[in-house]
Amino acid sequence: MATLPAYRLENLNGEKIASPDAEQALICFIKEDCPTCKEVMPVLEAFFARFGSTIPVHIIGQTSQGNAALAQQFSPTFSILDDSALQVSFAADIETVPTLVLTDAGNEQSSRLVGFVKEEWQALATNLSVQLDVDAPQLDWPALPDWRPGCGSLSVDPANEPRLRAMAEGSPIRARRIDIGSQDDEVEFMFDQGFSDGLPLVPPTPERVLAMLSGTKRDAQEVLGEMAPNMGEVTIEKVAINAVMAGCKPEYLPVVLAAVEAVLTDDYNIHGVMATTMGASPVIVVNGPIRQRIGMNMGLGALGQGNRANATIGRAVRLVVRNVGGARPGETERSTLGNPMKFTMCFAEWEERNPWSPLHVERGFAKEDSVVTVFTMVSGPTLIVDQDSRSASQLAGTLGQGLQAVMGPKAYFATDCLLVVVPEHVDTLMRDSYSKEDLRRRIQEVSARPVRELVADENSATGIKAATAEKMDEASLDQMMTKFRRDEDIHIVVAGSEAGKFSGAFHGWVTGSVGSIPVSRKIEE
Amino acid sequence: MTTIMDPTDERVPVTRQLTPRPSAVTGRVALLDISKPRGSVLLDQLEEVLAKQLPGVTLTRYAKPTFSKPAPAALRDEIHQDNDFVIEALAD
Repeated sequence: MATLPAYRLENLNGEKIASPDAEQALICFIKEDCPTCKEVMPVLEAFFARFGSTIPVHIIGQTSQGNAALAQQFSPTFSILDDSALQVSFAADIETVPTLVLTDAGNEQSSRLVGFVKEEWQALATNLSVQLDVDAPQLDWPALPDWRPGCGSLSVDPANEPRLRAMAEGSPIRARRIDIGSQDDEVEFMFDQGFSDGLPLVPPTPERVLAMLSGTKRDAQEVLGEMAPNMGEVTIEKVAINAVMAGCKPEYLPVVLAAVEAVLTDDYNIHGVMATTMGASPVIVVNGPIRQRIGMNMGLGALGQGNRANATIGRAVRLVVRNVGGARPGETERSTLGNPMKFTMCFAEWEERNPWSPLHVERGFAKEDSVVTVFTMVSGPTLIVDQDSRSASQLAGTLGQGLQAVMGPKAYFATDCLLVVVPEHVDTLMRDSYSKEDLRRRIQEVSARPVRELVADENSATGIKAATAEKMDEASLDQMMTKFRRDEDIHIVVAGSEAGKFSGAFHGWVTGSVGSIPVSRKIEE
Repeated sequence: MTTIMDPTDERVPVTRQLTPRPSAVTGRVALLDISKPRGSVLLDQLEEVLAKQLPGVTLTRYAKPTFSKPAPAALRDEIHQDNDFVIEALAD
């Protein structure tokens, strides 16, 4: 039998009593609203009277009010110890009260009686009397019932058990615990501590964090990496804490973890993404079967509010960056204007409405994989309205013209973009059997401009510097330049409702190895 | 009383002292370009002025590979070891 946990509990006189350090001890767990516990009170009194002067006899009650009531009703000569925190009962694995435990040296349990079985209690009393060489307890055994079932211990009550499990030694959570005073409002407290993005947070209590961790099979202490700018160590537990605050369900946690892992890569460069004055933000796209399983929105309003998974997964990632990485506006987060995507931006691709390869397949994953892809975007979704084009080349032409504005109409070879094509636009493109490659090509074709049009002029000093242009010959100035350095810099996904001819474009930040490269991670479930 | 779990990295920041400021610029001066547009223009001008006004000073140009990421540790070490002063051109 297991060792009984060490404890220091207060008795009814307010004295702290330590767990026994003796060759033998008798400990009984009771609670006041249990009829069997009341029935054994005289038995415990007789045990205490006989054995209490030779070995420690501790009676542990599970509610402080109940302990006082029992003392008043039975006037025992022992003082009931207060385990209203239930931590001793939980650690001792007490499922039923009364449970009578006899321990030997080292607090090993040598005997454990659950409920009241007269024969067992009597045998224990007789044996102990012999061992201790004292008279047997004075009890009218025949008057006692042969058997009484015990009652459920409060430590296994569903109202208490998750909290106790989270607080117990051996719990997988290790983060610093912060006690919020009973007079303090916990939501206000979290605002004051700077944990929040400006909206209220769900308090990450140990039981909520433990429940969140049930969403993954991974070890809570596994280190995912170091988050810039403070290079804070990101453990699965820290992600779970921030996911609780963001409002996630445990089943979202694998998506949050994969997104955080993507953000932690050197390619993604979260340091630059947060520090830039341009106001860049992660944009998270989820693919694969997990979309349906966790109820993500990929249809009507997919990029907007109203869906818990979309909203809280994106928020959780941002809170990890803020709280573990330390990127806070005004400190190392230096965005000039800020950006509403900095609260959250996460959605799923409507793969079933996508006639082409979905994003994750295009990026080398199997269709049945669940994958998260994180982009860095500075604005969006910017709508490109086209309710009139009836051919693919016209519609793709409109999209190309719209994308010419990314980062500025003369910013060529400057960045990437994420184009979210809506179902009605998909249908128009498919009328002419357009592939994704056709769409990209047409966008590049329509948005291409001769170099001379991109030179700084009296209307705008952006674009190619005049001094550079002066060194070019006529043929070079006539050369056509595509908007995007490579066709693959136009990332394409499908989402949105069946009605509406407005595709959306997210505009990229500095792309490539000098900025941020989109990163995909398989979601481990 | 509610107990919550700390969502931060739980680090207490180290308080660092500023290096004492010398009264005169002597020895070796690093001119660091973070690779943002026009940073080099500022450093070119500075280099010219410093070379004229402080002929005894050794000026060395350095550049970060990209402005969007922290300087690589090797570059930081090199600048630290080989210089007494650093002038960094931050942005456009």
